[in-house]
Amino acid sequence: MFESGSIIPYITAGDPSVRATLGFLEAVAEYSGAIELGVPFSDPMADGRTIQASHERALRGGFKLEELFPLVKAFRRNYDTPIILMTYYNPVYRTGVKEFLGSAKASGVDGILVVDLPVSHAGELLETAREEGIKTVFLAAPNTPDERLKEICRASTGFVYLISLYGTTGAREEIPKTAFQLLRRARRLCTRKLAVGFGVSRREHVKRLLQSGADGVVVGSALIRLIEEHGKRAAPLLREKVRELSGL
Amino acid sequence: MWFGSFGGQFVPETLMEPLRELEKAYNELKNDDEFREALDYYLRHWAGRPTPLYYARRLSEKIGGARIYLKREDLLHGGAHKTNNAIGQALLAKFMGKSRLIAETGAGQHGVATAMAGALLGMSVDVYMGAKDVERQSMNVFRMKLLGARVIPVESGSRTLKDAINEALRDWVASFEHSHYLIGSVVGPHPYPIIVRDFQSVIGREARDQILEAEGTLPDAIMACVGGGSNAMGIFYPFVNDDVRLIGVEAGGKGLHTGLHAASLNAGERGVFHGMLSYFLQNEEGQIVPAHSVSAGLDYPGVGPEHAHLKEEGRAEYVTVTDDEALKAFHELSRTEGILPALESAHAVAYAMKLAREMERDEIIIVNLSGRGDKDLGIVMKVSGDV
Repeated sequence: MFESGSIIPYITAGDPSVRATLGFLEAVAEYSGAIELGVPFSDPMADGRTIQASHERALRGGFKLEELFPLVKAFRRNYDTPIILMTYYNPVYRTGVKEFLGSAKASGVDGILVVDLPVSHAGELLETAREEGIKTVFLAAPNTPDERLKEICRASTGFVYLISLYGTTGAREEIPKTAFQLLRRARRLCTRKLAVGFGVSRREHVKRLLQSGADGVVVGSALIRLIEEHGKRAAPLLREKVRELSGL
Repeated sequence: MWFGSFGGQFVPETLMEPLRELEKAYNELKNDDEFREALDYYLRHWAGRPTPLYYARRLSEKIGGARIYLKREDLLHGGAHKTNNAIGQALLAKFMGKSRLIAETGAGQHGVATAMAGALLGMSVDVYMGAKDVERQSMNVFRMKLLGARVIPVESGSRTLKDAINEALRDWVASFEHSHYLIGSVVGPHPYPIIVRDFQSVIGREARDQILEAEGTLPDAIMACVGGGSNAMGIFYPFVNDDVRLIGVEAGGKGLHTGLHAASLNAGERGVFHGMLSYFLQNEEGQIVPAHSVSAGLDYPGVGPEHAHLKEEGRAEYVTVTDDEALKAFHELSRTEGILPALESAHAVAYAMKLAREMERDEIIIVNLSGRGDKDLGIVMKVSGDV
């Protein structure tokens, strides 16, 4: 799905506008192994303050779900960087899993990660994604037992998203030990691509994670902070930040 | 884990293990003699159980229909049924070796109950409360602080109960090793809807014995207000296999047609939120929309999954009562029986008054009077003016 050593930026669709989001995706594409496109939700309970505020701005700005797939389609006109939708389950459930994934595939989406859908409840999603040819990504946490980790690994046809710490998304000063422990465990139990996220904001974080065996590193809040500060003019800053993180 | 097709554990991966541990501990402790004795002791001697089942003679005679009984949870320590669950879960957390309790609260009743239980058991308590609720429920905020709890205002989203739950979940994801999230209603991921229902079922068990003693027969109908649905589940559950009508009363707010209500079962759609598959107030894109009710305790845009199941099975009926009807019932009960009901409970009283009229004089209704109205005096004063 992406080359080893990749940065995977997270961008919320519609923050501050759909048009601006397209510009952001295009700005970061060159230095990104894949991009996580966040679907705004009224109650993003797994996210820290920065991404919560991003979802709120998108919805206050009038973001509609029907704008999501045309956005991906527009991006696809010039870029083939893989797009993974990162969403909460209710918008997918309400739309209908089949319809949601069908539209996603038609627009050029490559993968989906549903934050609040554990693998044990994901039967319909897994089956539909397989039919539609969409890759699935599941989260694994530092406290995920080995047996579940194996199950998550099997279900994650795109890559496994390793949560670095106990907590919500948001930039931190240090990458905690739990990240490296989980990475080692996942390497042992799983042959899929592994990306690590939550709390990553600096090149030195990225370097250490890649050296420790991660294939990709997800960066969200550190980028969203730039959007929070600079709004629709954030594109060049996002590009520069992702370039710096990627070490290129 | 499932009630028919409802319920489940729709949570981020990090919470799967803490939920599994909680389920395991609960299943062990619920049959543990030491745990049950401790809970029973506190329920009796600290919280004041059993609560009376009171025949509301003047109200019944004035209406001229069914005999109305009130299950007096308003007399429970803390002033509402919330204490049953708070002490149960706090004790469970203590037995699990946790030192800290996290809770969400809307009107403040569950926050107060958790603060009381935390003080009793020597555990620290952090209560998340929507900033809007902090402003409009300042007395309960003060009560929690007096009891030693920390109240954390939540500024995100609609700044009400649903946002407080989001924030409590965010806390728990980072703190589960030493903290227990003490959910206040029959909502959230499995096993919470079962745990809360079980701790609240003491209401229905007592009511069953009490009505058999008073009338020699089971009631014809039982009603209770439904926000998340814990007091309703608590009184319904021991009657589920009996030939008794179970009626849940949702907050109709300003009327279902206005969109300003909290009637998830009557006007919401199936969805997945706060860890459960149930009915929610939401728009066509699956965004959760804020609820409205004059009663802060019913002001939640979802409902417990077991209620969704009982509705789908046709085992329970769910009706609505508007803000105005609830306020009228509040005044009626105050003047005919000398009991100020919580505005939440006034919804159930309002529907009982409606239904009793259509029933025979030898028929029996039990209303779960889930809380007392002292906390609502400010709101009633504002809405009804000087009486």
